[in-house]
Amino acid sequence: MKRYGMVIDTLKCIGCGDCVVACKTENKVPEGLCRDWIVEEVKGEYPHLQMEYRSERCNHCLHPLCVYACPTGASHIKKGTNITLVHPELCTGCKACIAACPYDARFVMPQGYVSKCTFCDHRLEKGQLPACVSVCPTHCMYFGDLNDPLSEVSQLLKRRKWKVLAPEAGTKPQVYYLT
Amino acid sequence: MYREGEKPWKIVGNSQDLYSHGRLCTRGTGGLGAYLDENRLKVPLIRTQKRGKQVFQEVSWQTALDFIAEKMELIRKKYGAHSLALFSHGIGGTWFKTLVKAYGSRNITAPSYAQCRGPREEAFKLTFGRGLGSPENTDIENTRCLVLIGSHIGENLHNGQVQEFAKAQERGATIITVDPRFSVAASKSKYWLPIRPSTDLALLLSWMHVLIYDELYDKKYVEKYTIGFQELKKFVKKFTPEWAYPITSLEPNLIRQTAREMAKHAPSVLVHPSRHTTWYGDDTQRCRAVAILNALLGSWGRKGGFYFPRKAHVPKYPIPKFPKPLKTWRDYLAPGQFPFASLPPANLLRDLSLPKEGKPAPIQGWLVYATNLPLTLPQPEKTYQALQNLELVVAVDILPTAITGWADVVLPECTYLERYDDLRISPGREAQVALRMPAFPPKYQSKPGWWIAKMLAKKLGLEKYFPWRDIEEYLDYRLKKIGSSLKEMKRIGVKTLPSNSPLYLPEEGDFSFPRPSGKIELYCKDLAAFGFDPLPSYTPHPEPPEGYFRLLYGRTPAHTFSRTINNPLLHELMPENEVWIHPQVARRFGIRKGEYVRLKNLDGVVSLPVKVKITERIRPDSVFMAHGFGQMQKQLTRAYGKGANDNGLMSRVAVDPIMGGTGFRVNFVTLERRSS
Repeated sequence: MKRYGMVIDTLKCIGCGDCVVACKTENKVPEGLCRDWIVEEVKGEYPHLQMEYRSERCNHCLHPLCVYACPTGASHIKKGTNITLVHPELCTGCKACIAACPYDARFVMPQGYVSKCTFCDHRLEKGQLPACVSVCPTHCMYFGDLNDPLSEVSQLLKRRKWKVLAPEAGTKPQVYYLT
Repeated sequence: MYREGEKPWKIVGNSQDLYSHGRLCTRGTGGLGAYLDENRLKVPLIRTQKRGKQVFQEVSWQTALDFIAEKMELIRKKYGAHSLALFSHGIGGTWFKTLVKAYGSRNITAPSYAQCRGPREEAFKLTFGRGLGSPENTDIENTRCLVLIGSHIGENLHNGQVQEFAKAQERGATIITVDPRFSVAASKSKYWLPIRPSTDLALLLSWMHVLIYDELYDKKYVEKYTIGFQELKKFVKKFTPEWAYPITSLEPNLIRQTAREMAKHAPSVLVHPSRHTTWYGDDTQRCRAVAILNALLGSWGRKGGFYFPRKAHVPKYPIPKFPKPLKTWRDYLAPGQFPFASLPPANLLRDLSLPKEGKPAPIQGWLVYATNLPLTLPQPEKTYQALQNLELVVAVDILPTAITGWADVVLPECTYLERYDDLRISPGREAQVALRMPAFPPKYQSKPGWWIAKMLAKKLGLEKYFPWRDIEEYLDYRLKKIGSSLKEMKRIGVKTLPSNSPLYLPEEGDFSFPRPSGKIELYCKDLAAFGFDPLPSYTPHPEPPEGYFRLLYGRTPAHTFSRTINNPLLHELMPENEVWIHPQVARRFGIRKGEYVRLKNLDGVVSLPVKVKITERIRPDSVFMAHGFGQMQKQLTRAYGKGANDNGLMSRVAVDPIMGGTGFRVNFVTLERRSS
C-alpha cells in the first residue's frame, strides 16, 4: 500500500501560480476551471505582519468523505494507494462529493462529470512527479510515499514543523504544509 | 514542446539550461497561450484613415514592405537616414537593429534603459567598471546575507533569480528586505524595513556610516581595491542612524542591527542592485550608494556577492561595416545633458519626434519592435502627440496593442514558438549558448522577425547586410565556429562551452578594475567633472498632498507586463490588477472589499475602474498596483478594459540628469468611488 503525500514548504512558496498553469496544461483543464490554486493568508497589522502562500488542491484523504458520499461509485480510491479518482462514465454530476469535500477541491466539467486533482496519477505510473511539483521554480513542493520512512516527504515531516488543512474534518488529508 | 497527435500540449524546460534547470517560470509554462491566442495579428495591415483611427486594410507582405521601403526612402531623402528611430525589446530586435544601422541611423533604443535598468547600469559602471547586465551577476545562490532594496524577487519572477533566492533561503541565508510594501520577499525575510518611500538613499548612507564608524567594513579589500575612502568617510560622518530615523521612519537600532548583520556575513553578502531603478530622478546616485555599500562589504568579485560572469564567444556572421550616421541622438543633447547615458532614453527619442516652433522634428519615422510604447513611456499624451506628427510608424508585433493601433503599417510577427531567433549568448556562471527554434510553422500569415528585416533590407538595397540565404544558414555558420552545428543544437537546445575564467577575485596578487584608476571608485571623479556629486547625497522628495497617495507599482509573476496580458492561460491566472490600499484608507474613503474605484492623479488624469485590495501589506501613505493592465485595445478580447494602467497616471517624471532615466514614483493619486 502506498500512501502518496505532497509536502509543500510555505516558507519557500512565492505564490507565483506556475503550479496552476502547469496543471492546467498537463491535464487540459478547461478554461475557467482549475485543479489547484493559490491562497494568500496575511496576519497582523502593518508593519508587524506574517504571510503565507499555499498551493492548494485535493488532499487525497485517508478518510475521503467525497468517496463515501458518492452514490454511484464514480468517486473511488485507486487500488493500493490513497489517490482518490473519479470515473467520468459513472458520475451523474449529482455534486454530493462537492458538498462533502471540506477543501472545495472538486468541480463539474463542461461535460457534466466531476473532476479534480489526481496527483497526476498518469505521470506517477511513468515514474514522473506530478506536473505541479516538477515545475515549481522554488522547489517548494515535494511528493512521495509517506509509508516509506526513508522517502524525502517522510523525512521532511519528521524534521520540520507542519500542518494540514481542516484537520477537524477528520479526513486525514495527505497534503502537508511546512511552516 | 509536447504534442498530442497534432495538437500542442505543453512546454517543459530544458534541464541543461542554466537559466531554468528544467523549470520554466509561470509565463514560460503558459507560453503556449501566446501561440494559441486567437486575437493575434494575422495579416499585414496598412492604415487607411487618420492615425489613431484604427481603420486598416489587409494587405500582402509585398505591399506592406513596399510601402515601408518607399517611406523609408522618402525619409532618407527629405530628412536624412538618421531621422529614423528604432524602439525594440528582446532578442528578436537583433535583425531590426542591423537593418536600421545599415540604413544609417543609430537612434536605436529600448524603454528597458531609461525607463528601467539604466541608472543601475551606469552607477555600477562608474564604480566597478562594469554594469550588471542581464541576467545579473549576483551570486544569490551562494550568499549568506541578501539585502533587497526595492527589488521584489518572487513577484518579479526572473526565473534564475527566484530559483537562487529559494536556494539561499533553504541554506539559511539572512534576508533583509527594504520595501514600503510587505512584498513576498519581505514575508520571507529575517528583517523587513518598511521604509518611507523615496528615502532609500538616506538609509543607504546611514548603513555606510555604521559600517565605517563602527569599523565593520572590509578594511583589507577597501585598502587594496578602492580609491576615495577618506572622502567617503568624511562625507558619511553626519549620516548616523539617528539622522536617518525621522527621514526613513526606520528605528536607529534596526539600521544598526542590519548593518552589523551584513558585516557579519561579509564578504558573502549581496546588496542587490535591483532591476527597475527609475524611481525619483536621483536614481544613478542611489544605485551608486548601493554599489559603494557593496564595496565596503567587499562583496564585488567575492563568493556570495557578485561573480565575474562567463560568456561564450561566438563569432559573428561577417557583414560589411555600417555607414556612419550623419547625426545621432547625442547631437541633439544640450551640453552636459545626460553625459553618462549609454543608450538614448526612449522618451528622448519620443520628444525629438515632436515638432518644435514650426520646425520639422529631428525624428520622422518610428520602427517599433515588440514594445508597446504608449504603455511604456511616461507622459503618454506626449507619445500620442509624437505619433500624430511622424512620417512613418511601423509596428512589428504579435498582438494588436496600443502601438499597433497607431501604426501606418502593422507587421504580424509569429510567436517565439514559431520562429528561430539569433543565438542566446548571455552571461552566467557558465558560458552557455542556447537555440530558439520553431516548434510549429507560423500561424496565419505571420512571419519571423529575421525574414521581415531581411526582406525589407532587400527592398532598400541593403541586402549585403543580410548575406545569408536564411536563418538556418546563419545559425549553422555561427554554431560551426564554436564546434557545434544547427543540427546538434536542434537536438540539445543548449550547449555549455568550456570556460575557466575566474568567477571571483584572486586570493593573492593584483587586480585591475576597468576604471580610469584601475580601482573601485568610491569617490567618482568622472561625476565631479560633469558637476555631479562625486559621492551620493540624499535629497528629500515631495510627499503626497493631503488626501493623495504615492503611486507604487511593480510586477506580478503571472505576467510579463502587457505582453502576456491576453494570453488565455495567464489571463485566467490573473485577469486584472488590483489597487492595494491600507484598511485605514479604505475606512476613510468608505470603500468596501472588492469594490472598484478610479485613481485620479494631480493632473486630473483618471484611470479605468480598478478593483480594490484592502490589505495591511501596504503603507497608509501609498497605493500599489501591478504594471501592464488597463488595455484599451478592443481586439484584445480578454484583456480589454480590465484593470488600471499605472503608466497612464505617470504624468510627471523626475529625470535623472546623469543618464536620462525617468523617475516614475513622483506621481500621487487619490481614489474616486464609482458612484461619485
